[in-house]
Amino acid sequence: MSDMTRNDMTSTNSAGAGGGLVNAQAIFLLIGLALLLAAPFFVYPIFLMKLLCFALFACAFNLLLGYTGLLSFGHAAFFGGAAYITAHTVKEWGVTPEIGVLLGVLAAAFLGLVMGFVAIRRQGIYFAMITLALAQMFFFFCLQAEFTKGEDGIQSVPRGHLFGVVDLNNPIAMYFFVLAVFLIGMAIIWRFVNSPFGMILKSIRENEPRAVSLGYAVDRYKLGAFVMSAALTGLAGGVKALVFQFATLTDVSWQMSGEVILMTLLGGIGTLVGPIFGAGLVVTLQNYLATSSFPVTIITGVVFMVCVLVFRRGIIGEFYASRLGRKLGFVHRR
Amino acid sequence: MAGQHAQTDSRVVLSARGLTRDFGGFTAVNKVDLDVRHAEVHALIGPNGAGKTTVFNLLTKFLQPTRGTIHLLGQDITKTAPDKVARMGLVRSFQISAVFPHMSVLDNVRIALQRPNNLAVQFWRPLSALDRLNERADALIAAVGLEKERDAFAVDLSYGRKRVLEIATTLALDPKVMLLDEPMAGMGQEDVAAIAKIIRNVAKDRAVLMVEHNLSVVAEISDHITVLQRGEILATGNYETVSSNPEVRSAYMGTEHA
Repeated sequence: MSDMTRNDMTSTNSAGAGGGLVNAQAIFLLIGLALLLAAPFFVYPIFLMKLLCFALFACAFNLLLGYTGLLSFGHAAFFGGAAYITAHTVKEWGVTPEIGVLLGVLAAAFLGLVMGFVAIRRQGIYFAMITLALAQMFFFFCLQAEFTKGEDGIQSVPRGHLFGVVDLNNPIAMYFFVLAVFLIGMAIIWRFVNSPFGMILKSIRENEPRAVSLGYAVDRYKLGAFVMSAALTGLAGGVKALVFQFATLTDVSWQMSGEVILMTLLGGIGTLVGPIFGAGLVVTLQNYLATSSFPVTIITGVVFMVCVLVFRRGIIGEFYASRLGRKLGFVHRR
Repeated sequence: MAGQHAQTDSRVVLSARGLTRDFGGFTAVNKVDLDVRHAEVHALIGPNGAGKTTVFNLLTKFLQPTRGTIHLLGQDITKTAPDKVARMGLVRSFQISAVFPHMSVLDNVRIALQRPNNLAVQFWRPLSALDRLNERADALIAAVGLEKERDAFAVDLSYGRKRVLEIATTLALDPKVMLLDEPMAGMGQEDVAAIAKIIRNVAKDRAVLMVEHNLSVVAEISDHITVLQRGEILATGNYETVSSNPEVRSAYMGTEHA
């Protein structure tokens, strides 16, 4: 019994399914880790790194959509903004890659604070529209600004030496750097969701007027989640700039904001790992269909429609809610 | 009326003067004066559409009054934000049950305890940091008789039990004034008796203002009754005063309750 209560407290899926939950989670986690460690020796590393960047992006976005209930349509600003800052500081200032990424994160967090401060006052579609409008303003800023090099973007960004020691031009070294960043990002998200703060976020999502009547200034909590989501998105964007060695307008465009929504919905909102699978699916499709004469957007569009119609909860959400998922002790929260 | 004004009675914790709210051309609440006293159960009754819930929303600042003033513990809260009002000690419940459905009973109560115990903003600490709230949470759960349901999801509780849980979370804030919007609506006799007892109990050291339709319970547990009709006060006083008022009898109570 005491074991059960313990699980209830340490897990997001706190329906009290007992030991099955922790065991299944641990096994899946280990399998996933093993695959990630072995993958670069079998699969093209750049593709894997792209996948990890977008997976982290989608998970950071899900922190807002799934765990706070806010649909942002402007996350490209944080992703692309951080990419520009990282690319610029690494290339022009000659800082080491980890400092460049960190500066990208800080810039994204600051941008998130400003955008969030304006947008959080409205809810639902109005919130989404304000974030979209602000992100578009940022897009045109990037188009006009000097340091972003306009239509060309910042090209041939050197990857440099991690901590001044490890040469990131080696694809395997670069891959493990990206993997480490990804795992750190996921750990931060996990902790954020399963923390006292995360409980308050959950209560706001469950019943906002009640949270207000208990004395919570809900806008501040939402803003906190918004800034955290923006910062982690910046982490993904900054690393992406190093992986591809460029930062362009594509990363700040509204299509990018739409793509991350697609990834999150495909994988399953409000599940920790769902967006990883959603990102994996979209990035894989884009990669393998890139050379086909058939336009890739039509295929992803069809996949999206089928998924929304058949897997309403997303791939992972549907798995959690399935008989097998429940047997393994997963619980889909809604 | 003028003799028993707010300032002369030190037991008054929440008072409204000339409280008015217009919605477009419609005046939902019109010049309502209200004094809620410490250690009293004050019932707000009246037919449907009389403006009871609007008064609640005005007092708790979920709505802004068009005119009038509200004082809580001597401080003017007419322009204060609702979450600030809650932190000052005025905590409300809602007409539809206000629980966090996909959380356990324990977590529901702990949410209320987190802020007063400075455990609401730590995004870097594990959930086990909240375990130190368990003792207090369990005491509150026991106070309303929900021990057996402690680890159940709020969504799975019966309606009556949800209302009880709501009272427990409200009590967690140790409010000076508790506003209960129809705490017994849609409940069976057994639950009504249980809630009535809990309300009497919690009113020993705080003020309770409640909207309620169940007149036999109102008669039984209220120290003071205010009758609203079409947004205006029809009568106010103890049960005898109010129930013998001919206007009240014809407008609302009927004869069987007099």
